[in-house]
Amino acid sequence: MLAHSLFFYFFSTISVFASVMVIVSRNAVYSVFFLILVFVTVSILFIMIGAEFLGMIMLIVYVGAVAVLFLFVVMMLNVTHQITKRSSRQGIINNLSVGLIVGAIIFLELLVVIGGWKYKVSFIPLSESNLNSSISNTHAIGSVLYTDYIHLFQVSGIILLVAMIGAITLTFKKKENVKRQNYFDQIQRDKESAVSLVEVKSEQGVKVDD
Amino acid sequence: MIEIGLGHYLTLAAIIFSIGIFGIFLNRKNVIIILMSIELILLAVNINLVSFSIYLQNLVGQIFTMFILTVAAAEAAVGLAIIVIYYKNKGSIHVENISSLKG
Repeated sequence: MLAHSLFFYFFSTISVFASVMVIVSRNAVYSVFFLILVFVTVSILFIMIGAEFLGMIMLIVYVGAVAVLFLFVVMMLNVTHQITKRSSRQGIINNLSVGLIVGAIIFLELLVVIGGWKYKVSFIPLSESNLNSSISNTHAIGSVLYTDYIHLFQVSGIILLVAMIGAITLTFKKKENVKRQNYFDQIQRDKESAVSLVEVKSEQGVKVDD
Repeated sequence: MIEIGLGHYLTLAAIIFSIGIFGIFLNRKNVIIILMSIELILLAVNINLVSFSIYLQNLVGQIFTMFILTVAAAEAAVGLAIIVIYYKNKGSIHVENISSLKG
């Protein structure tokens, strides 16, 4: 138990520190790296409390896809030199104070909710345990996800499809001066429009491609 | 203090959530860091769901964490695509200059 708590404090300290660094670092590239650190430590925490499938999925989706996406965008857009110069000092003070107040209020509210939850443990009865320890976490998630939540699962697939199409159509740019296949024109081409019979005059020839 | 319970995980999630909220206010100029703050907020929500799922012995929390993960990935992809085309058109991504729709 002591080892568990030591690990918890170690990793949670790292994740809080890294998430602070995400928002205060001047260079967006460093922010992305600290974001990766947050995701890795939180996935370690997930594995620690027994949600190992989600921990691994977090690693794959967040670190492997989302953080790399951020990294690509930050590096492609070359925005680091614009970011370093922040707004005027007065603006920073205003933003800082408002943000601190809002953040502190939300944190205190969450603490109140957590404190209230601690005294209400018996309020929500433990569900009839679809979390038995004889099968692995992955097995249990699969047996619930593909039976009770299959429609939500497919809807989430549709969400990903819509996001993919949206991202592609947003960033897709049609180039000029590039010959593309136009299926309708190609199929509609018939003999009358393609071939013409020309009377060839003697010793003059025909101009192709007038 | 030694015994790690639900409250510890919830407090960690609350701290990360508040840091994400604060990051939106702190980085008003940089829209990429605002997107990262939103990712932090979603991560905090995921921590909440997973810890409740473990301590209530109910798998539904973990299922919904996967859906949140999906939505977060989709949101990041579309948001970054919007940023890329904005940068292509305007040459900068300063948030306070994005006011063309103000009318």
